[in-house]
Order: sequence, then structure tokens, then C-alpha cells
Amino acid sequence: MSDLNDLYQETIIDHSKRPRNKGEVEQATHSAEGYNPLCGDRVQVQLKIENGHILGIGFRGAGCAISTASASLMTEAMKGKTPEEVEIAFRKFRDLLTEDQAPAPDLGKLAVFSGVREYPMRVKCATLAWHTLRAALRGDPQAVSTE
Amino acid sequence: MSAHAEVLKDSRAATAFNVDRIREDFPILREKVHGKPLVYLDNAATSQKPKAVIDSLVDYYTHYNANVHRAVHLLSTRATAACDDSREKVRRFINAGSTNEIVFVRGTTEGLNLVAQTHGRQNIGPGDEVLISGLEHHSNIVPWQILCEEKQARLRVVHIDDRGVVPLDEFEKALHERTRLVAISHVSNALGTVNPLADMIKMAHRWNAPVVVDGAQAAPHMHVDVRALDADFYAFSGHKLFGPTGIGVLYGKEALFNAMPPFQGGGDMIRSVTFEKTTYNDLPYKFEAGTPDIAGIIGIGAAIDYVNDVGMDAIAAYEQELLEYATDAVSQLEGVRIIGTAPNKASVISFVVDNAHPHDVGTVLDREGIAVRTGHHCAQPVMDRFGIAATTRASLAFYNTREEVDALIAGIRRVQEFFS
Repeated sequence: MSDLNDLYQETIIDHSKRPRNKGEVEQATHSAEGYNPLCGDRVQVQLKIENGHILGIGFRGAGCAISTASASLMTEAMKGKTPEEVEIAFRKFRDLLTEDQAPAPDLGKLAVFSGVREYPMRVKCATLAWHTLRAALRGDPQAVSTE
Repeated sequence: MSAHAEVLKDSRAATAFNVDRIREDFPILREKVHGKPLVYLDNAATSQKPKAVIDSLVDYYTHYNANVHRAVHLLSTRATAACDDSREKVRRFINAGSTNEIVFVRGTTEGLNLVAQTHGRQNIGPGDEVLISGLEHHSNIVPWQILCEEKQARLRVVHIDDRGVVPLDEFEKALHERTRLVAISHVSNALGTVNPLADMIKMAHRWNAPVVVDGAQAAPHMHVDVRALDADFYAFSGHKLFGPTGIGVLYGKEALFNAMPPFQGGGDMIRSVTFEKTTYNDLPYKFEAGTPDIAGIIGIGAAIDYVNDVGMDAIAAYEQELLEYATDAVSQLEGVRIIGTAPNKASVISFVVDNAHPHDVGTVLDREGIAVRTGHHCAQPVMDRFGIAATTRASLAFYNTREEVDALIAGIRRVQEFFS
């Protein structure tokens, strides 16, 4: 049986209580909204992209500890990255949550979400911000839904 | 055991409504979840099934599985008789005047949609109004939205107050000569508010507006008397009433049912068919196209038998006591706020915990073996009214105990340790 502490690791609790990069991004060039119909949570991700790199990234909204911490850690990890790098990181992150294998070694802090795998109902909480980030990069005008 | 102890035990059993014996009737209550005894507090979503209901399904499939109303062979005769018996049990359960007024549907949702798509489409036109309350479940909002959009009618809402009560005076003021239909829940699934239905129906009838009642959360917890209420339509689900999923009931006054066009076309709902003309079957079969959920119909009959054996008065009294106990206990927790504080409530405690999102609350409680519902409870407008996205909802049934409420309280404390 997995312990609750495996899900709510210290880093997750920390980022859920004191989320980083929460708020408006000045002179944002991209933005998108995401929605998790399961719990009603909404998140908005804003980006400032210059020369193909994410110079500014911030989020607003979110809700549960998992989705807030995920948004917070994602914004930290994706600052300075290119859209292609975001896509690669997203795939590794998604595999971490759904595949029964060792986490990709370069996931860094994002690996703290490995415990989510034991809680299938919570996977969408962890991916909401990521889906929203990808929608912002695509220039998707519709709010993305995790359903 | 001494005579004195025996008496004490008996009196305790009487006040405790012999819940221990009742729990033995529900096999699932012996299950463990994450190694802990199951504490099932998600009864508003679906209730657990007594062995008598489970056995009735096995018995049907094992001994007399056959289609109804079609064949002359013995098994079909037995299955048909069992379905007829169940319809009569349902009639008595809600005190309807005739089994012609009892239509089997998939559940409350289908019952409400049936009324919208038949009676509604026939009687509502441009500029008319359908009146609902701010308490409603999505299934008692969306069918009326679809209807109003199609007919260019208006969907009017009586909003709830800070306690989660639909103010009767506001309700009365919202009625007028263009109100063609009122759709209202008997008991709110999200907050547990019990609506003063008899008064509301009287008010609506003064404007000749028929009333459709979403009874999904009432039928498992209190006596429902459709004639005393003077309800025009009343829908409820089997699975929330300790019966199987996939079966529900739509009650409708016979005169209204007779005036309505059929809902779906198919077998069983016809008297004769030619390519030129079809004549429809009598009530209630006119609204039951196709092979019904025979096992479900038999199961809901068994569930009603079971509830009658325990006694609805005893159930209601025990649950009220348990709800009060739980409400007191939750209220005493610092940093926890109950959403929905109507003076008249049934079964439900919805609450929010400071600094802990309901999803996290639900996950922590689950690890303690406690099943609650977290989210918007298919009632987003209710959540919006209180400025929240979601709540944690504990909903009780008569097999729940004070010890289980204590486990919930301990679980909430554990949540607070994690997130405070």
C-alpha cells in the first residue's frame, strides 16, 4: 500500500502552499485556459515568448494541492525552454504519471509527482497545467479540458 | 449476561435502531479499503445493496430469465408477473392511485427528460416560462434548457439564500400566468435541503402550472406520498434506493400521461402497427418502448420490500439523529465550514476545509477507508452561489453509524495535519 506521504511529498506541499510564478506575466504573448470538469478547477497559463524561448511564464487559478503544485513546478521547470522542449518534457511527465517504469532521469524536481501513479483519479489534476501550457503554445483559443 | 445488562443492551439496540443487525444485510459493508474497514458516506451518489436485492437479481437470472409480455411459456409468465408485482410495490411505496401512473425508466434523469420531451414539447411555446430553483442538479436544469431553447421559452430560476433555502415568498413571486411548468427537487443532492414541496405545489397549481419533482434524494430517506403532495410528476432512481442501477421510476398523473405523446417508439409501446398508422399501447406501456430492464424492475421491487421491512419512519428518525450528530461534530471542527445550513435537511453534509481542496480531502479520507464525494456534485450553480468550485460531501444512509461519523471527523483532522 502506498503511503499518503508518497503522494503529498514535501516539495508538493511546499509548492501548493507557496506557488511560484503565480500571477500575471507582463507583456504576455500567449495564454490559454484549462478546465478540469471533474472538480471544476480552472487554470490560466500566460507566456512571454521571444526568439522561440519562454522568457516569462505564470499561472492563475488551479485548485487542489496536486494541480497547484504541478502548475508551480511546471512554470519553474519550463522557463527558458522552447516549445519543442516543453513537448518532450510533457511526454516524460505524462509517462511518469501513467507508466509503470522508472522516471526519466532528467525530470528533475518534477519527479516528485511519481506518487500520483497510484491515484489514477488524480492524474488529471497533475496534467491540467501542462495541457493548458501546450494549448497556449498552440495558440488554442478554446479552453482545454482534461476530459 | 445479567438481566440488567440484557435490558440495557436491548434499550441501546432500540435507540440505536439495531444498526448492527441492519449492517449484516449489506455484504459490501464487510469490505476493506486500503486495509481499513469501508466507511461508505457517498450514499447520495449511489447506495449500497442489501443481500435481498442482490439475491433477487441472481434468482431472476438463475431461475426465470425470459422476456416479458411476449411469450406464453412459463418463464415469461413468471417474469411478467414479477414485473407487475414490482410496479404495484412502487405504486404503494409512493401512494400513487394506479399502476398506470408508474412508468419504469432508466433513472431520475431519464424520467425528467421524458417529461421535457413529451409534456414539455407539447405544452410550452414561445414566451412561456419554466421555473426551476437554484438548488437543482444538472439533470433538472439541462433538459429544461434544451426545451426552452427549442421553444424560445424562458428558463426562470428562484435563487437560494445563504443557508441553501429556496425562499418560499420568492418562489411564489416568480410564478405567473406564463409559467407553464415548475421543476424542483424534493431534496437537494449537493446540500441536503428539503424543499417545502406541498406548499410549492399548491402555489404552482394556483397558476395551473404542473410540477415535476426530482425525487432522487428524497425517496431513500423519507415517506413520499405523491397524492398528499399533489405532485404532477415525480421521478426517482432505484440505485439510490438500495436497488440496482439502470432502473428508475417516473410517476405521472394519469390524465397528464394520457394527454402526452409517446417518448420513444418501439416494441411494447404499441397496440398495432401498419406502415400507415400505429396505435399506441395503454398506460403505462405507452412510455416503455423496448424490452425493459427486467432484472432492474425486479430488483427495485426487492429494494422497496427491504425498506418497508426496516420501516421508512424508523429510517427517517434514525438518519435525522445521525445527521444531527454528524452536523454537530463537523461544526465543532475549527477551519471547517458546512455549506448548506437549511433548517430542514436530509442525509447530506457538504463542507469545505480551510487550506485543503476537496480533492485532496477526498484522497486523504479514501486512504482511511472513508468514501465521500468531492467536486461540484453535478450542481455547479449551487457551487457558484457560494463562491466555491467544489465541496466535500458526506451523505448518510440508515446503515451508517456514529462510529463512522467519528472516523470521518478523525479523517478530517488528518487532512488538517497534512495541509494546515
